[in-house]
Amino acid sequence: MQPVGVAVPLRVDIAEKTFRSAEGVPVTALHDLSFEVRQGEFACLLGPSGCGKTTTLRILLGLDTDFSGSFQLPQGGSNRIAVVFQEPTLLPWRTVEQNVRLALPKGMRNAKLDWLFDSLGLAGMRSLFPSELSLGLARRAALARAFATEPAVLFLDEPFVSLDEQTAERLRYLLLEVWSARPTTALMVTHNLREALMLSDRIIVLSPRPAHVLGVFDVRLPRHYRNRQVMSDLLRSFHEKFPHAA
Amino acid sequence: MTSPGVDRGITTAGTALPLRSGRRAIAVPALTTAASLLGLFLLWSFAAEAWPSRAFPPPGQVWQVLYNDTASGELPYHLGVTLGRVAAAFVVAMVIGSIIGVLLGVHRRADQFFNPWVVLFLNIPALVIIVLAYIWFGLNEAAAIGAVAVNKIPNVVVTMREGARALDPRYAEMAAVYRFGPLDRLRHILLPQLQPYLAAASRSGVALIWKIVLVVELLGRSNGVGFQIYLHFQLFDVAAILAYTLAFVAIMLLIELLLVQPVERHATRWRRRPA
Repeated sequence: MQPVGVAVPLRVDIAEKTFRSAEGVPVTALHDLSFEVRQGEFACLLGPSGCGKTTTLRILLGLDTDFSGSFQLPQGGSNRIAVVFQEPTLLPWRTVEQNVRLALPKGMRNAKLDWLFDSLGLAGMRSLFPSELSLGLARRAALARAFATEPAVLFLDEPFVSLDEQTAERLRYLLLEVWSARPTTALMVTHNLREALMLSDRIIVLSPRPAHVLGVFDVRLPRHYRNRQVMSDLLRSFHEKFPHAA
Repeated sequence: MTSPGVDRGITTAGTALPLRSGRRAIAVPALTTAASLLGLFLLWSFAAEAWPSRAFPPPGQVWQVLYNDTASGELPYHLGVTLGRVAAAFVVAMVIGSIIGVLLGVHRRADQFFNPWVVLFLNIPALVIIVLAYIWFGLNEAAAIGAVAVNKIPNVVVTMREGARALDPRYAEMAAVYRFGPLDRLRHILLPQLQPYLAAASRSGVALIWKIVLVVELLGRSNGVGFQIYLHFQLFDVAAILAYTLAFVAIMLLIELLLVQPVERHATRWRRRPA
């Protein structure tokens, strides 16, 4: 038991996760994967495509229970977890606002969410159906849904993939803005090193399949100092530390 | 709204065109339908005129029976009784068939086991089920409605099984992470995805059920449109047979137009808007 008030980190310790391919051949996706994300920290899980990042996330979300090992989720707040999937995964038959409110616990369904819709630029789109939104706007709605639940931990699975760079960059800033207003422990999966360096406090670098942790890259500099010059310095020191990664 | 002028321009330009073509799109099929029905009516009048016979009455005579029986309250009573049976059998068949269909669609092993049963029931003639139901359960209302429902259930099962197979697991996963309750899952995740299949099953369901209900009434009930038609068959009163048939078809079309289509339009409103 943790004493009350002590921050519990996100602790992951997955011994092994194997899939069976269609022909019955076992494929090891994760092997000895262990890392920690401190309370209130924004961490990125960085690794090459297909290395098992999404698999890790699915295990942490409780969607895949067929693995050996254990993990521990942070507690506090609503004690809930929230997720932004690769696809927005909004219910097409419900409006933006209904999509957000349905994710809330029954008692919070009528909470005031104006600040959230406003800061994500969705104020005028609450009554639209997802089919009326662009992909970028649908992603914002998915972010709104995740933040509305005031989760104890937030998972993001490449939330800005397949957007044009300009839109992705705007969404990254919006994400930072909303997250900074209510910092929660967050773990984002990405294969985009620049994105990871811009957003995170710590980057957990994964090896190719079967994934295990190659090392951890801490970015201690506050985010508003990370201008172009600093970013290229960060990139260089990252490549010095992990010459073969990303 | 930074530029209301531009915005208004877009909306007026956007609606003006579809409105005009929309009115035409409604008017042309409606006129065609009216002309088609008028043609049938004329053909019938002409034929009845050319070959006068008690077995083939002209439209006027059918209308007279329709009017008299409506005035006496007999037609509304039998129509109401039959409609009640149709509604009851429909609800029973849709609920039971949907539950079985979704379960079979989700559980593959169960589907493999029960599939032969479904095929068997699909191929049993309606008449056999009706006769057996009356023999086993007696000539009562429950047996009548049950027999009709059993006739329809395999169809619903097959359609809803397809629907359950097409369920998108991503929505269920989203619901799991955000801890939707069982009722919310049913209302916001499951039913909206099954809606097209429910619509298909209920459309073919109503059409099938009301025809079977008439047979059930003919064989073992003492009221309803089917019983009336049987009665008039024994009297060779074709005008009455046609009157009851037309009245019932008209009612079923009205239900389709005023109930089924608006409900469907409401359920699919999120689909029709352009992105």
